[in-house]
Amino acid sequence: MTSSSLPWVRYPTGSDGNGQDLEGVQGLYSYQDLQLLEKNTHEAFTPQKRRMVTRAVIVGGGLIGVELAEMLMTRDIDVTFLVREDRFWGNVLPKEEGELVARHMRDHGVDLRFNTELDEIIPDKNGRAGAVRTKDGEEIECQLVGLTAGVRPNIDWLRDMPIETDKGILINEYLETSQEGVYAIGDCAQFRTPPPGRRPVEQVWYTGRMMGETVAQTLTGERTAYAPGHWFNSAKFFDIEYQTYGKVDAELSNHEADFYWEYDNGQIGLKIVFAKDTHTLIGVNSFGMRLRHEVFDKWLTDERSVEYVLEHLADANFDAEFYQRHEKAIVNQFNAAFGANIRPKRKSWKRILAAKPFAK
Amino acid sequence: MNTIRKIGLLLLIAGIVLFTASLFLSDFRADRSAIESVLNEKEQQHLLDPLTDVLTSTEASSAFALSKTIRSTYTAVNDSLRKSEKWDEVMYAEPRELASRIARASVTGTVAENRGLWLFLTFGLAIAGGLMFILPNVVLKPHPGIKNDHVFQSKATARGWIGWIVFGWLVGFYILLYFYPDLTISWALIADPVSQWIKGQPGDRWFLYGLMYCTVMVVMGIRMFVKYRGNKYQTLRTASVVFFQVCFAFLIPELMMRFNMPAMDFKNIWPLDYDFFFSWNIDQKLQAGTLGLFMMIWGTLLIIVAVPVFVYFFGKRWYCSWVCGCGGLAETLGDPYRQLSDKSLKAWKIERWLIHGVLVFAVVMTGLTLYTYFSGVSQVWFADTYDIQKTYGFLIGSVFAGVIGTGFYPVMGSRVWCRFGCPLAAYLGLVQRFKSRFRITTNGGQCISCGNCSTYCEMGIDVRWYAQRGQNIVRSSCVGCGICSAVCPRGVLKLENGPEEGRISDDPILIGREGVRLNGSVMGDRRG
Repeated sequence: MTSSSLPWVRYPTGSDGNGQDLEGVQGLYSYQDLQLLEKNTHEAFTPQKRRMVTRAVIVGGGLIGVELAEMLMTRDIDVTFLVREDRFWGNVLPKEEGELVARHMRDHGVDLRFNTELDEIIPDKNGRAGAVRTKDGEEIECQLVGLTAGVRPNIDWLRDMPIETDKGILINEYLETSQEGVYAIGDCAQFRTPPPGRRPVEQVWYTGRMMGETVAQTLTGERTAYAPGHWFNSAKFFDIEYQTYGKVDAELSNHEADFYWEYDNGQIGLKIVFAKDTHTLIGVNSFGMRLRHEVFDKWLTDERSVEYVLEHLADANFDAEFYQRHEKAIVNQFNAAFGANIRPKRKSWKRILAAKPFAK
Repeated sequence: MNTIRKIGLLLLIAGIVLFTASLFLSDFRADRSAIESVLNEKEQQHLLDPLTDVLTSTEASSAFALSKTIRSTYTAVNDSLRKSEKWDEVMYAEPRELASRIARASVTGTVAENRGLWLFLTFGLAIAGGLMFILPNVVLKPHPGIKNDHVFQSKATARGWIGWIVFGWLVGFYILLYFYPDLTISWALIADPVSQWIKGQPGDRWFLYGLMYCTVMVVMGIRMFVKYRGNKYQTLRTASVVFFQVCFAFLIPELMMRFNMPAMDFKNIWPLDYDFFFSWNIDQKLQAGTLGLFMMIWGTLLIIVAVPVFVYFFGKRWYCSWVCGCGGLAETLGDPYRQLSDKSLKAWKIERWLIHGVLVFAVVMTGLTLYTYFSGVSQVWFADTYDIQKTYGFLIGSVFAGVIGTGFYPVMGSRVWCRFGCPLAAYLGLVQRFKSRFRITTNGGQCISCGNCSTYCEMGIDVRWYAQRGQNIVRSSCVGCGICSAVCPRGVLKLENGPEEGRISDDPILIGREGVRLNGSVMGDRRG
C-alpha cells in the first residue's frame, strides 16, 4: 500500500432502515430521506392531492425517532411514537434517564406508547400509508409512518466481492479489510477485535470522524491504529441535552453501583456509575446540564473515585454563565445516600487546564 | 392565541403605515411672526421680507412645496449677497435645516392638532400590536427552549419579499431622518407630547428617534425574553442593553437638557462617539464648569482605562452586547435576522479592511481635530479639518452607521455596522484578540459539525470551523452574544473568562484521537 491509495478504498456505505414499501412510509438516515420527508409532508398539502398530514406514527425508540418526531412537530403534525420496549432508548439509557426523556417528550405533546409493537401498515384508498395496526390490534390512523428501529450496515452490494463481512465489513485495528489497500470506516465497519471496552460496530458520528482521521493518517504514510480513547456521546431530546462519558449501560453489571440526582423540574439529571468495591468512576450521564469533556476524560484516565469526582464537580461544569449551579444539591444527596462527607470544592482553572489534552 | 397574534400583526402594520402616512398629512401656513421667531438676526435681516412675501401669498402647502420655496429663496438671497461680495452678510445655515425650522413653526393639520391621538395611532398601535404578536408565544410554546423553526422558509427572515420591504422601509426611514428634517415635521410632532413631558421642550426629530429607538428595544427586548427564556445569560444581557439604552442614552441626557445642563450619554465611547473631541463639544463641556469637566474626564477614562481593563477581564462583550446602543438594537430588533450574516472568508477579509479602515479614519480625523483645537489652524497640510469632520459625519456617522448599519438588517444580518464599520468595535476587538481572558471554549471532541453556531453568529464568524477542530474561538469581532453556545445542541461552546495560558490553541487536537499525530506533536502517549 502506498500513500497514493485510491479514493474508493473508503467508500462510505452508511446504513439503511429495515423498511416497508408503501408510499408515505420512510426512514430518516440519508439526505434523500430528508428530501422524501419534505415531499411526504409538504407536497401532501397541495390542492390536487387533497391530503393533509395531520398525524404520523413513528416506530422505533431511539435517537432517529425523536429527531423525526421533533421535525414533524415543527410542521404541526401530531406524532404517535411506538416503542417496543418498556422505556425510551431502553438498550442504552438506564431507567431514570429513560423516564426523564419520556416525560419531556410527553410534555411536548408526543403520544408515546411503550410495550407497543407494529403489526401492519394499512394502505388508504390511494395506496399510501393510511393507518398502522399494533400487535394489540389497535388501529391508529395516520398519513405518514416513520420507521426508525435502528440501523444496520448497508453491505449487500459487497456480497459477491472477496471482502470478508459479518454484520458489517470486517476490519482490524488499523481499519484494514481482508483486502490489502482497502479500508472500511464508519457505520459499516465491524472490528474483528474491538478496542478495549468498545463494541464491534459503533454507529455514532464521533467514531466515524475519529476513524476518518486515523485512516487519513495511514493514507498519508504513517500506518496508525485506531485508538478512540474513552467512550463519549451526546444527543438532544427536544430541549434537553444529553452527554455521556465513559460507560453507562442500560443495566448495571454486578460489580457496578450508581448514583442518580434529578432536579426538581424533572429536566436536569446526573447519573454516575462507579465500581462497587473501589468506587472508581466508570461513567456519567448528564441531562440538561453540560459537562466538560476534558475533565471527565482525565478523571476516567486517572481512575478517580466517585467521591473525588463529586468534590471537584465544579471543574466539570460547562453550563453557560449565570446558570443555576447544582453541585451542592448533588453532593448533599450523595452524602445522605452513601453516608459520605464530601464538601464540594470551587472551580479551579489550574486543574481544568491540567486536564487539557497534552497540556505541558 | 393565533388570532391574537394575527390581530397584533395587523395593529403593528397599521401603526407603521400611519407613522409613514403622517408625513403627508401636515399642511403649512407660514405667517410673518412665525417665520421671525425661528430666524437669527442675520437671517431676519435678509430673509424675513422675501420669505414672508412668497410664503404668505400662497395657500397652505405640503412640506415638500414649502421646503422648495424656502430653499430657492434662501439660495437666491445668498447668491446675490455673494455676487455683491458682501462676504460678512452671507448666511451659512444648511438649507433643509432652515426650511425645517420654518416648517416646524408653521405646521397645521390633523397631526399638529391631535398630537396625543397620533402618538397613540403610531407608537400606541405598534407597541400594542407588537406585544400581541410576541406574548402569546409564552402559551403557544410553553416550553423554554430556543426555537428557530422556519427561519429559512419565512419570507421575512430569509430575504423574501417581506424582508425586502422592511429593508426598503428602514433605509427610507434613515435617509429621511438624517437628511430631510424639512420633510419629517410630522414625526417631530408625534414625539411632541412625550418630549414636553420628559424634556419640557418641543419634540424634534432626534427626540423622536430616541423615543423610537427605546420603544423598539423594549418591545423587541420582551421578544428576546420570550424567545430565550430559560437562558439566563441571554435574559440578563438583554435586560442590560435595554436598561443602558433607555436610561443612559435617552432619559439621562434628555433630563439634563431639561435642567439646562450639558447632555451626555455616559456610556458612549470615542471613537464610536466620534465628535467627543470636536471643538464645540469640548467648549460646551468646559464652559459648563465642574460637571462639564467631569464629563470630559469620564469620557477620556472610558477610552484609556475602561476599554482595555474591561476587555481584558470580560472581552469586548462587556460593551458590545451588554451596554452599547447600536449593539442593543442589533440584539433586539436585529435578532430575527442574525442568520443572514455572510460567513465566507471573503466577507471576513472585507470586514477586516473596512472596520480597521474606519478606525484609522476616526483616529486621523480626531488627531486633526485636536491639532486644530490647540493650534487654531484648521488647514492641515492637505485638508481642512472641518471638511474631514463633515465627511466622516456624513459617510460614517450617518450613512454607514444608520442607513446601512440598521437598514440592511433584513438582508445582511443584524450586526452590519458593528461588524464592518464601528471603529470602537475595532479598538475593542484589537484588545480582545491580543490581551484578554475571554474566549469561547470548545468542549473537547463533542462537536458534531451541525453548524448551528455558525448559522446564528451575527458577526459572521464560522464558529463551527473552530469547534470541529476542538479549538477555542478567539476572534476580534466576537461580541460575546452567547447565541452560538445557546443554539449548540451538544453543549460544545461556553463563553468564559479564564487564564491567558492555553486560551489560543493553534494545534487542533480532539479528544478521542489518541494515536493520531499532527504538526509533529505526538499524541499517542498521554495514557503514559
